[in-house]
Amino acid sequence: MLNVIWLGLIVISIVVAAITGRMEAINAAAFEGAKTGVTVCLGLLSVLAFWMGLMRIAEKSGLLELLARVLSPIIQVLFPDVPKGHPAMGYILSNMSANLLGLGNAATPMGLKAMEELQKLNPDKQNASPAMCTLLAINTASITIIPTTMIAIRMQYGSVNPVEIVGTTLLSSFAATIVALLIDRMYRYRHIRRHR
Amino acid sequence: MYQWVSLLSLWAIPVTIAFVLLYGWQKQVPVYETFVDGAKGGLTTTIRILPHLIAMMVAVSMFRESGALDLLLRALKPLLDLLHFPEELVPLALLRPLTGTGSLAIATDLIAQYGPDSFLGRLAATMQGSTDTTLYVLTVYFGAVGIRNSAYALKVGLWSDLAGVIFSLLIVSYIFA
Repeated sequence: MLNVIWLGLIVISIVVAAITGRMEAINAAAFEGAKTGVTVCLGLLSVLAFWMGLMRIAEKSGLLELLARVLSPIIQVLFPDVPKGHPAMGYILSNMSANLLGLGNAATPMGLKAMEELQKLNPDKQNASPAMCTLLAINTASITIIPTTMIAIRMQYGSVNPVEIVGTTLLSSFAATIVALLIDRMYRYRHIRRHR
Repeated sequence: MYQWVSLLSLWAIPVTIAFVLLYGWQKQVPVYETFVDGAKGGLTTTIRILPHLIAMMVAVSMFRESGALDLLLRALKPLLDLLHFPEELVPLALLRPLTGTGSLAIATDLIAQYGPDSFLGRLAATMQGSTDTTLYVLTVYFGAVGIRNSAYALKVGLWSDLAGVIFSLLIVSYIFA
């Protein structure tokens, strides 16, 4: 799927650029895009290194395992194929709570650690497992309590009440998360049936 | 309510840091060495993600600059008119799954143009806040562990983006009508 999308985006771009005479623009765009990739990665590096350092302490001290044990009934429903008390659960939980608090830069490193743990459980290392897809679904639709960036921008443009979108964002992202989990369930059953 | 919530978000990180460190200290974990060891993992993860991000950013950037995105928007316009979807919001809804910074720029532009307290301004803010850049999340998360075939994850992500867009429209229309 990603192969097709990537190829499609680039080939269509070149064809359209040829027709509209924007060859120069997409030449620049290709390298500008590559540069953005590096810039984003550098930004990620600082945050990732910091949170992964802290997470290692939580792991070594047994804090993560404790968290996973206490809250495993909830995650067990969402991730039925992750064994009880597995470290992946602690990371999934940390990822979900960081997302919930709107701490996007803390959520990513925890989500990545969760992915690493899920990859250890994955029998086929090239293909995403159903648990990995569920984790991704939670992250793409994630419930946001405080949309910090949008509040700041509304403030900047002189909104009378910059925070009045908190409620609508919360409701809408909550509804989207439910939909994401339902669709994920549907695909999961279809996927499991096909691979049996 | 908001003051309480903003206070929580302000305190959440420092309190988490202090708690994790003190808990580790109390369990006799060498906190400094352990932190440094874990942080090293951040470096290897970033290096693993880098090629995936470069590939994706190049494609998205070319797609936007070639004018293909504008063509796509124009092609979809009749359908969206049929659904009574405000046409000013179409670029935002379409770009949101592709690029976070790109859609943020559009949302900001909409707020600047129509005012933060207009229907379109509120809708843009809600839409931007309640969906995520699916393609980016997929690239980063699966790139980090070397997954080649994303199974059905992309479909779920895109459907949930669509749900976020529709719910934003419905909820903002209902609450601020």
